[in-house]
Amino acid sequence: MSKNHHEKVEKSVGLLGIFTIIAISFGTLVQITPLMFLDETTQPVDGLKPYTALQMEGRDIFIREGCTNCHSQMIRPFRAEVERYGHYSVAGESVWEHPFLWGSKRTGPDLARVGGRYSDDWHYAHLMDPRSVVPQSNMPAYPWLDRNILDGKYTARKLEIFRGFGVPYTDEDIAGAADAVKGKTEMEALIAYLQSLGTALK
Amino acid sequence: MSSFWNLWIWVLTIPVLVLCVVLLVWNLKNYVGVPEDETTNHEVDGLKELNNPLPKWWTYMFFATLIWSVFYLAAYPGLGNYKGFLNWTSSNQGIKSLEESRQAVELARAEGRHVQLDVENARADEVFGPVFQAFAKRDVLDLAYDTEALKIGQRLFLQNCALCHGSDARGQRGYPNLTDNDWLYGGTPEKIKETLLYGRKAAMPGWEAALGDQGIREMTAYVLQLSGRAVNEKDAEAGKAKFGMCAACHGVDGRGSVAHNLPFGAPNLTNNIWLYGGSAKDIEETLRHGRFGVMPAFKETLGEDKVHILTAYVYRLANPEDLR
Repeated sequence: MSKNHHEKVEKSVGLLGIFTIIAISFGTLVQITPLMFLDETTQPVDGLKPYTALQMEGRDIFIREGCTNCHSQMIRPFRAEVERYGHYSVAGESVWEHPFLWGSKRTGPDLARVGGRYSDDWHYAHLMDPRSVVPQSNMPAYPWLDRNILDGKYTARKLEIFRGFGVPYTDEDIAGAADAVKGKTEMEALIAYLQSLGTALK
Repeated sequence: MSSFWNLWIWVLTIPVLVLCVVLLVWNLKNYVGVPEDETTNHEVDGLKELNNPLPKWWTYMFFATLIWSVFYLAAYPGLGNYKGFLNWTSSNQGIKSLEESRQAVELARAEGRHVQLDVENARADEVFGPVFQAFAKRDVLDLAYDTEALKIGQRLFLQNCALCHGSDARGQRGYPNLTDNDWLYGGTPEKIKETLLYGRKAAMPGWEAALGDQGIREMTAYVLQLSGRAVNEKDAEAGKAKFGMCAACHGVDGRGSVAHNLPFGAPNLTNNIWLYGGSAKDIEETLRHGRFGVMPAFKETLGEDKVHILTAYVYRLANPEDLR
């Protein structure tokens, strides 16, 4: 029995836990840690601009309404995807995303480059009643977005937090954030956000 | 990747693989002092633990994955800056602009590296490129009555245009009907192509402030009268007097910018085709708040060759008869 050192691990949950953490941390250390320091994955693409206050609110509405449950924002480098959606997504487009909304579920189409693809009016009609423009769509309607008015209470705080993440917001951006969104509908914010998607890679 | 991170990945990866081999080999030996298949004397609630060897299938699979990992790390880019002997990557990484992306494709080709996406694209160009190029050389009017070109055109239309203009191309409120030969920017092949390549931005201003409630009502009456509807004559007369402000885009006779060779995309008001509805209420709303229709540009998304075929398809929609 004395030669069976493995028994020590088997009989001590604490020791087992520590060894387990060490074992699985190798994957993280190798695959994730370097990405936090490489230019490739930390430097923005040339055309990247921080979200405007209105787009930032739209992004939060996008998250709140669970759009990511059905829409990814990640064009993979396959021909079929590139043909349909445009240039594949690159790391430099996501460096100011906290958290990124790449997603992995596509009930609806990918939205990584939906900006400029349709008119604002189309988005309005489509969000109010998707069937009005795409008869076979099974997307839910979001009519309340047109009724909810933004008060801009937390907008400046949101930009401040993102500045803390390294997004280059100026003091003027933050000072003007509340006024920029006040009185706008959630619909306008969401459309502003959608129209910005994927337009940074020029 | 800097040499530090390169080293970091090598130092963490290779020893872990070696460690896995050591652990596996070590555990294949019976070192507990109990013969195989006999009880270890551990008993819990009447269940006895036997000293079973590692299952054979599991052991072999472990070895197989270890061998695979060595091959994989040798063949593909996994270990820091090492590119792998196959010289394979899925796509060009670290792109900062579309121009850089194009350069990366050229560079990879010049260096003979296998970039999977580029190779797929090149293969597709080889197969489909000549087809599109052959069509691109032919006149739009010719393609509009060519079954093969129309088949491709229909697919392109359904994927890119039907979302607004409908799969039957007959449009809907705010999105023009493409089958009726009533054009906002012109229905010649050249004009259709221009619209597809560069998009259009319409700007009908709102006149609420300038006209006031009374003025809006009068102008609505006149606009309705233009298309031959029965209206209050007095209102229409008053509206007509102010129509000068509309004539700059719609023409003095209201027949729209195409009829007058103007580039504004202002609709013909005399023909009873209405983009935003032809009821008094709809027209009033248009007059009050304006309309700002947008047709997106497809030059980047589709490229000129595909737009050429799509032009023919759209032309054909409104011109079903070959009149050449």
